[in-house]
Amino acid sequence: MTHPRILVIGGGLAGLSASMRLAEAGADVDLISLVPVKRSHSVCAQGGINSVNSVTRQQGDSEWMHLDDTIYGGDFLQHQPPVKEMTDWGPRIIDLMDRLGVPFNRTPEGFRDHRRFGGTLYKRTAFAGATTGQQLLYALDEQVRRWEALGKIKKWEFWDFLEPVLDDSGRCRGAVCQDLVTMEIKAFPADAVILASGGCGLVFGRSTMSMVCTGGAVSRAYQHGAWYGNGEFIQVHPTAIPGADKLRLMSESARGEGGRVWVPRTPQDIRDPREIPESQRCYFLEERYPKYGNLVPRDIATREIFDICTNDGLSVEKDRLCVYLDLTHLSREMLDKKLGGILEIYEKFQGVDPRVVPMKIFPAVHYSMGGLWVDFQKSASGGLEEGSPRNQQTNIPGFYAIGECDYQYHGANRLGANSLLSCIFSGLFAAPGVLNSVASQPNRSAEEPARLFRSSVRRQEERHEALLARRGGKENPYALHQELGNLMTRTATVVRRNDQLAAAYDEVCQMEERWQHCSLSDTGNWTNQNVVFTKSLGDMFPLAKLILKGALLRDECRGAHYKPATSMPGIAATDPAGQRAEAAVWCDRFEANTKRWLKSTIAKADSHGNPNISYEEIDTSLIPPRPRLYGLVGGDVIEEVWKQRQANAHEAARQPALPPITGGVASDSIKGS
Amino acid sequence: MIGVSTKNAASGDAISNKNQSAKDRKSTERVVHVRVLRQDGPGQASYWERHEIPYELNMNVISILQRIAQKSCTQDGRPVPPVAWDCNCLEEVCGSCTMVVNGRTRMACTSLVDALLVEDAQEIELRPMSKFPVVRDLVVDRRRVFHALKRVQAWIPIDGSFDQGPGPRISPDEQQDAYPLSTCMSCGCCLEACPQYTKIEIVKRPEETVEELGIRREAAFHREFMGAHAISQAMLFNNHPTGRMNAEERLSSLTSQGGIQMCGNAQNCVAVCPKSIPLTRSIARAGRAATVWAIKKLFDR
Repeated sequence: MTHPRILVIGGGLAGLSASMRLAEAGADVDLISLVPVKRSHSVCAQGGINSVNSVTRQQGDSEWMHLDDTIYGGDFLQHQPPVKEMTDWGPRIIDLMDRLGVPFNRTPEGFRDHRRFGGTLYKRTAFAGATTGQQLLYALDEQVRRWEALGKIKKWEFWDFLEPVLDDSGRCRGAVCQDLVTMEIKAFPADAVILASGGCGLVFGRSTMSMVCTGGAVSRAYQHGAWYGNGEFIQVHPTAIPGADKLRLMSESARGEGGRVWVPRTPQDIRDPREIPESQRCYFLEERYPKYGNLVPRDIATREIFDICTNDGLSVEKDRLCVYLDLTHLSREMLDKKLGGILEIYEKFQGVDPRVVPMKIFPAVHYSMGGLWVDFQKSASGGLEEGSPRNQQTNIPGFYAIGECDYQYHGANRLGANSLLSCIFSGLFAAPGVLNSVASQPNRSAEEPARLFRSSVRRQEERHEALLARRGGKENPYALHQELGNLMTRTATVVRRNDQLAAAYDEVCQMEERWQHCSLSDTGNWTNQNVVFTKSLGDMFPLAKLILKGALLRDECRGAHYKPATSMPGIAATDPAGQRAEAAVWCDRFEANTKRWLKSTIAKADSHGNPNISYEEIDTSLIPPRPRLYGLVGGDVIEEVWKQRQANAHEAARQPALPPITGGVASDSIKGS
Repeated sequence: MIGVSTKNAASGDAISNKNQSAKDRKSTERVVHVRVLRQDGPGQASYWERHEIPYELNMNVISILQRIAQKSCTQDGRPVPPVAWDCNCLEEVCGSCTMVVNGRTRMACTSLVDALLVEDAQEIELRPMSKFPVVRDLVVDRRRVFHALKRVQAWIPIDGSFDQGPGPRISPDEQQDAYPLSTCMSCGCCLEACPQYTKIEIVKRPEETVEELGIRREAAFHREFMGAHAISQAMLFNNHPTGRMNAEERLSSLTSQGGIQMCGNAQNCVAVCPKSIPLTRSIARAGRAATVWAIKKLFDR
């Protein structure tokens, strides 16, 4: 038989690493991307990439502790074997990227330098200046170009994925894609298809994500039968620079170096912020969290900034929610030395010097923890079975998902500098399993009857032509997108309430109906960005609905998903006996909640694209779930009661000791940037 | 009319009003005038089109183009299709949105409206890059940029992706030297500004297949100047301890037709690079290395 032919959709870190590995193993690869792969969203990652390293190892760190930090940071919502495999691979992946020529920062002796990120006690994060994602992506882009020159990889840049092609048995046999220049719709027969299309930030209008992150490819897969996991888990970063076009990230280090967050006590005080006296400023984080001040964990900072603007009405501006992040009290020398890079970004985009004028910032949608449901095969050692065709495979045989568009690694909350690792890992690790899956097939997809592909192409051509032919509709797709983004940002980001979620679901259904009345301002068939956008907007509604419904049904607080009505407050009693009694009740409630809600949300689309929600048990075979107590009043007492309870349970069951629980119940849960 | 005008009250200097509150802004309906050079497709005639967009705080050229797409009609109310343009990250790391703004090649995302109006208070002028064939409006075909990276073998030819331990040790000085070169996002600004870099537009012949056209296009790319960015990338890899093992192959490409000898030392490249990459330093180093290599080759005969 000929070489297997694999179609990879998306050319970010995950898609490129998979393509490289597949080509190396002898497969022919078609690589589809909305933009030239070197321009993929992975370039936006700044901080670094996590892995245990030789120095941290000697300080007591291990792959197991990286696993524990990741699971604890994700609030136990992810299956543990894939995360174990990923953290085990960490050191090898950094070594590989080093060999590819990534200019990692160096120590005076010439070793790779590391910095410490949130959610860990160790300096695990390797970095290349403030553009680690860009540097990692370029290294893989170069390797893929090398394979392209050797004829093993063919790039299809400026192409859009429209639908998977399934045979009568339900196996994926390729995909239908569209050329964004000529608008040609074409079938790509493939022995397996790997989706590596990234996050869906544009469902929220503006976010820190790039313009290609529409979620279109994932939504189309979902509408054709792929399951979607944990859609309601969306990470919102506390500090981003609001922009007319995009929300750009402002690193946590600004607060780390002494930056203070405040709003004027007078709503929308029109004075120059520098002229507002101290007494008329509200340093709300410092006031509400005297112990941690401006460096409260990310989710708390995000919630407080959101709350003071929306509920207290104290946003600095009326039309655009924002608070001040003030560095002007700090010396210029120090700022230039320690924060130069990020201050230049602010200056470049805002045209204002943040050393002189306080910055205006607001939380922004940043990362999709959820994504397509993917399978895994557990190994005897608790990790994954290498080469298993099940690893990273969606519920559609022969159809895989890797990188940000899968739901596998980050649970309810992603740890900073873990996303670059999960993207490269899932790409490298999936490749041999994909080829084994192909090897078990009796024939090549190219030998399948042409009518299989022709009917899919025809369906997509009809959809395209119908869109172009619409006349006289009143809806403007760009305005409708803004409306969807505003609704989703208002109801499904930082704070979630059931009445709002339910109302938003209905509104999204109405918007989806209105989308049918979008008419195009460009009806041509050459580089028609208008029709491409309108199509991707139409595919945002099914995702918006599954996010809203998943959030509505999940009546608890977990990681990024926060419902005030279900939050578990700390201990109010002051006497030791009262505290212990309250802690016991708290732990009872925690156990009951774990039993009820420690499950993945699985959305399956019905024939109208509406989500049917079910729940999947989580593999917690390596680390038993425990409470996340960061910053909670009385957390130390709860921890004590919890540990006692676990010890008693173990004693009663007389079970062999579990692997060591590391990190501590009350350890730091701040996520790095 | 000036670039930012106040329709109701004729405000003399619109720029000085930029810090006014949102409330004030709404009541005065200030607008930005934009002139776009459009072209419906390859080989077609280009034409100017004027647009009028309500001014917003912190606008950049991307948000101008977004508003134009949403509005889809010209200054005089004529319905038109949205202007086509490339963009992605909007934070100047992806290299997508290069265009000629007010006569200067640069990234649309970091082209702030307030700053542009200081350059020219009348209007903002948007044109596609002139050194690449226009696909449509502001979208150009930059395949040649990526082809040049293939040409100079801008990669490290690793033995394979299986674990072989870490890469070589590298001093902080070497890393500091390499890092700026490695931030090149293939945006093409240096090529647009270079007098030696001339446009190649290959038109499909009626009898030609897409594959044949591709081969003819690549052959043309191969003959003509590779440009500053590719020379700089070749030097990035020639200075890497592993990349150096294949330095001669890259030098061979650099000294072939369309190589470093084409550089006329105008130094425009370094002046327009949005990432301030020391391109002329790379070119100088490449020139020296090529000379040494040529002499060595002569004696090795």
